[in-house]
Amino acid sequence: MSILVVLEQQAGQWHRMSWETLAAGQQLGVALGEPLEVAVVGKGIGALANEAAAKKLAKVWAVEHDLLDSYTADGYTSALEQLIQKIQPKLVLFPHTYQVRDFAPKLATRFSQVLVSDVIAARVETGALTLVRQFFQGRLSGDVRVSGAGPVFASLQAGAWRADALESGSAAVETFAPTLDASQIRQKPEAPFREAARAVDLTAAEIIVSVGRGVGEQSNLPVVEDLAQAFGAELAASRPICDAGWLPMERQVGSSGQTVAPKLYVAVGISGAIQHLVGMKGAKTIVAINKDSNAPIFEVADYGIVGDLFEVAPALAAEVRKAKSA
Amino acid sequence: MKIIVAIKQVPVRDSALHPAASGKWIGEADLSFEINEPDAYALEEALQLKEKHGGEVVVLCAGPERAAQTIREALAKGADRAIHIETDALVSLDTLGIAKLLAGAVTPEKPDLILTGLQSDDLGAGQTGVVMAELLGVPHSTIIMQVEARDGSIRVKRELENGWFQHIEMPMPAVLAMQSGSNKLRYATLMGIKKAKSKEIRRVTPGELGGAAPAVATIEKVYLPQKSKQTQLFEGDAKKAAAQLVEKLKFEARVL
Repeated sequence: MSILVVLEQQAGQWHRMSWETLAAGQQLGVALGEPLEVAVVGKGIGALANEAAAKKLAKVWAVEHDLLDSYTADGYTSALEQLIQKIQPKLVLFPHTYQVRDFAPKLATRFSQVLVSDVIAARVETGALTLVRQFFQGRLSGDVRVSGAGPVFASLQAGAWRADALESGSAAVETFAPTLDASQIRQKPEAPFREAARAVDLTAAEIIVSVGRGVGEQSNLPVVEDLAQAFGAELAASRPICDAGWLPMERQVGSSGQTVAPKLYVAVGISGAIQHLVGMKGAKTIVAINKDSNAPIFEVADYGIVGDLFEVAPALAAEVRKAKSA
Repeated sequence: MKIIVAIKQVPVRDSALHPAASGKWIGEADLSFEINEPDAYALEEALQLKEKHGGEVVVLCAGPERAAQTIREALAKGADRAIHIETDALVSLDTLGIAKLLAGAVTPEKPDLILTGLQSDDLGAGQTGVVMAELLGVPHSTIIMQVEARDGSIRVKRELENGWFQHIEMPMPAVLAMQSGSNKLRYATLMGIKKAKSKEIRRVTPGELGGAAPAVATIEKVYLPQKSKQTQLFEGDAKKAAAQLVEKLKFEARVL
């Protein structure tokens, strides 16, 4: 029995959430009294496996195969199924990335289990594990228990555990060669691409005013644009605004857009779905303007105004201009 | 091309949510319901594929009696017929249990493609499509922006993180979990609403699909999230609140 953490890499680069998940694995290993093992999946991943082995854990599995060079759901599922059958872990942890969302539910199904996805906390009480996850886009939290034979599968939300809590150590690396055949892998992936070069670098902005669904209609955008101008800020948006074409995609903040950490982030009419929060919660000061005092954005906000943005934004723009000219 | 679209009925976005007396899920008594938004995009993609390639769009929905309203709306938008797995016990099932019911209804239909939204706005597990594909033994892909049907196969545009995308080709039948925002959603026309009244909604019970499997993952308790930060909130008069906020930004946070 052990805890298995599946780290994510692409083309030899770590996904930054891998280390957060490993930190969670170290902490849960202590709480559950289980050794920690780690899997790195891909082709030519020896250097990455060695890097992982410099952390405090029992063993690194380098899951190597030519057919694991590019990610496919079929390839990853089969390879990890074989590893899990061999080492029989009690708990399997993943970072909750787009890639994990694509294959981990399939992997869990192979063991008649369910992936507990997007987990924000875990508790161990008298040896029993409770996983905490969010519902309704972060507006409710819930405790989840997993029963049944087979390991517990969980994917962990970005930022829920801190990578800087990671402890160093020295572990052995063992290569695991899964049996894979090209005919098993039905998805044929092509090379990843970007739509267009980004003209707007939100990451360089000191102040960002960001607009969400609450603005209602495209014709209402000038209210928020004026607020951005008053602050001397870059204008950004949550996903629905860019999806609707009201602002270009390059102004999107969140897991599918840019990750920003300005000194001031003003969220206007943004409820604060986790996909948005992961892109901005590193901001030094966060201000939220929203009509719903229970909106999740207020969980990360330092300051908030509960009210109608069409009244609040112009009033705030006027006050900011007054303060700046004083 | 025969396409099945799996949809879910969820509480209207921004509903006021409260844990039920049991503490295990929300109280639903005073809520209104609508189609899960990502599923609306899956339906739109299916309707567009049908317009291009011909065929049939079948809506599949598991849920209580009230879900019939959402099914009817999907038919009014242009789906040809529907299968309603009628159950009041949706919340007591886990993803595997729900996917088993859906897969049980899909199998005899022999579709070319099964589309669903990438996640539900209520549970948000984001797995039903993937698990269904595994149970059906067909390939899948998730977070899909575009679908291009070829002869016996499909080529899809999948969203990766940080503004990256990738094309993937796979044989049909396949399951695709659709991203929101990839198309413009259509409205039902008056004619569509009228026609929907005579379209078939076949009701099946979980029992007819082999019964619901007991959940391995169970929700013990739901509650309002604990705040990680102490937020200073200003309410009431907008002008006064704005002035108080600017004062704080200038002298406390020192960001102005």
